[in-house]
Amino acid sequence: MAGTRIIRNVRLGIKSLLLHKLRSSLTILGVVFGVGSVVSMLSVGEGASREALSYINRLGASTIIVESVKPQEELNASSTASNRWHTSYGLRFEDEARLGQLPNVIRTVPAKILSNRQARVGELTSNVRIVGTTPVWFDLIKRPLLAGRVFNEQDMNDGDGICVLSERAARELLPNSGAIGQDITIAGAYHFRVVGVIKADEGSAGGVQTPDQPYDFYIPLNVDRQRFHDSDLQKGTGSFSNEIVQLHRIIVEVDGVEHVQATAVAARAALERFHGRLDYDIRIPLALIRQAQATQRVFAIVLASIASISLLVGGIGIMNIMLASVTERTREIGVRRAIGAKRRQIIGQFLIEAIVLSFVGGVIGVALGVCVPYGITTFTGMSTTVTAWSIGLSLGISVIVGVTFGLYPAQRAAGVDPIIALRHE
Amino acid sequence: MISTTQPACPASASTPADSVIQFDDVFKVYPMGSTQVRALDGVSITFRRGEFWSIMGPSGSGKSTMLNLLGCLDRPTAGRCLIDGQDVAHLEDDQLSDVRLRRLGFVFQSFNLIAQLTVSENIQMPMHYRGMEDDEAADRAAELAGLVGLGDRLGHRPAELSGGQQQRVAIARALANDPAILLADEPTGNLDSATGTQIMGLLRRLHEEGRTIVMVTHELDVAEYSQKQLHMRDGRVGRIVGDF
Repeated sequence: MAGTRIIRNVRLGIKSLLLHKLRSSLTILGVVFGVGSVVSMLSVGEGASREALSYINRLGASTIIVESVKPQEELNASSTASNRWHTSYGLRFEDEARLGQLPNVIRTVPAKILSNRQARVGELTSNVRIVGTTPVWFDLIKRPLLAGRVFNEQDMNDGDGICVLSERAARELLPNSGAIGQDITIAGAYHFRVVGVIKADEGSAGGVQTPDQPYDFYIPLNVDRQRFHDSDLQKGTGSFSNEIVQLHRIIVEVDGVEHVQATAVAARAALERFHGRLDYDIRIPLALIRQAQATQRVFAIVLASIASISLLVGGIGIMNIMLASVTERTREIGVRRAIGAKRRQIIGQFLIEAIVLSFVGGVIGVALGVCVPYGITTFTGMSTTVTAWSIGLSLGISVIVGVTFGLYPAQRAAGVDPIIALRHE
Repeated sequence: MISTTQPACPASASTPADSVIQFDDVFKVYPMGSTQVRALDGVSITFRRGEFWSIMGPSGSGKSTMLNLLGCLDRPTAGRCLIDGQDVAHLEDDQLSDVRLRRLGFVFQSFNLIAQLTVSENIQMPMHYRGMEDDEAADRAAELAGLVGLGDRLGHRPAELSGGQQQRVAIARALANDPAILLADEPTGNLDSATGTQIMGLLRRLHEEGRTIVMVTHELDVAEYSQKQLHMRDGRVGRIVGDF
């Protein structure tokens, strides 16, 4: 019976609101924008957070990345002194073995990276990043194999000039023919035979770059050393630099997410003993991503809070209109009271009107809040995710807004003295 | 529904068994600036079941205050007000609402129908406040509309009706919960004389069917429809005219 009474009250509320269609729609609009923006903002935050999570899945959360870094004193020297210099810094081959012996470390992958090398096939050229590494790379950074194979231990022993290309590099250099078995010339001198093509998964999340890049050219590490040695000679206008770096990066895989932090500390200690200066950097993608996620969460909360302000304004709109309605309908209230309505029945009537306003606004707002993120994703490429809980939350909040801002006007209505109300014109 | 802490005393020594309204030495005092205005100054009167009274008097005589007290919209400053056996002088707001809902029916000068509701819904309103089921209420509304001659207008809005028709709807609404007393405040005040005559005819018919009616009016020819007339003067009972 309480149910039918509520339904009747809702119907009555809708009828009363329909008496002033424009006024009611404008009031609803306030809630629509409030709820719509809350849902959209939450979806933007959720989208960013999910993107970070997917990145963890792509990279593997239990890795530590150790990178060679030009030490601070060298950087200072470069800015002040001569226009030609040799420097030697960074990770060494022994470091890989040292890191591999740390507890909880499953395996390590070395990478010797030469950026921006010209690769040529006939008339076609492309600037590639040469990554000298071991077969473990392909095992640790799992990417779909598009053609051929990746290199293995046997290739390492043979020391032949073979390479694995990333998809984009293959497309650019070998657009018309099958890539496998083709010959690619690097820097006009070194020849490599393509044995495989993989799909690179480049991208970043939370400021962390994936280890692979679109124009990657993977070769066995020992071949890399033989042909390119350890020096990276860069010529500029009126100057040149020769940087001697043995390894640019070592990726360390740990046997569990929970050991990542401790292993990173151990790795730092191990390296400190053999490096006189800070020519390396240890990065923990997991920590960076977690930090990024936390930042994004704060960002999302800030966005949603700002959006809630518009919901608050919508609520004030409801209160305003309900107060006007109470004043306008003083006589109706008086009649209802004279006929025998109790105070709480009058409160119920006006409260339900306020809730109807805010709930209708909430429903339309959710529709808007689902469409807007879709538009954001379409036009900006930002990833957004509308979750069921954000919709539920927004609808819940809209009802709470209705109750909160409807209660005072409803109490005003119930407080009307029927004798005075009946005299009211 | 009525609180049992307020003992109803329908058959106390001073209360005739058939009285439906009994005022004993009722005062109503309003503060006005530094002085006090005695709107009712010791009114004692008894209305019996089935009577048709009109309350008359010049403005300021206390007839509106009488109506407010009779209608349980207000409480007396002093004295006893028995409505259908219940002393309403000390009831809480909710209990007063309940007396209005179950024992009283109001007919106002300006009809006071709810604009957004149909004729049927207007008549059903008091039944809903009492908690009657929808189907039952709709049936009873149709019956009451038929009684006042508007059985074919159930789905109309008040704005689509003439003044006389609206007042009939108001009378049907007042009868919704089968009240002990029908209170009418200048029921013909907003109507032309022909329509007013029809409405008074309807009230007289209801009286003949056994209803207790109390009407406030300042028009003598309207008052003539009633059985008894109470003339108020300066907050006191002036004279009582009628067949006894």
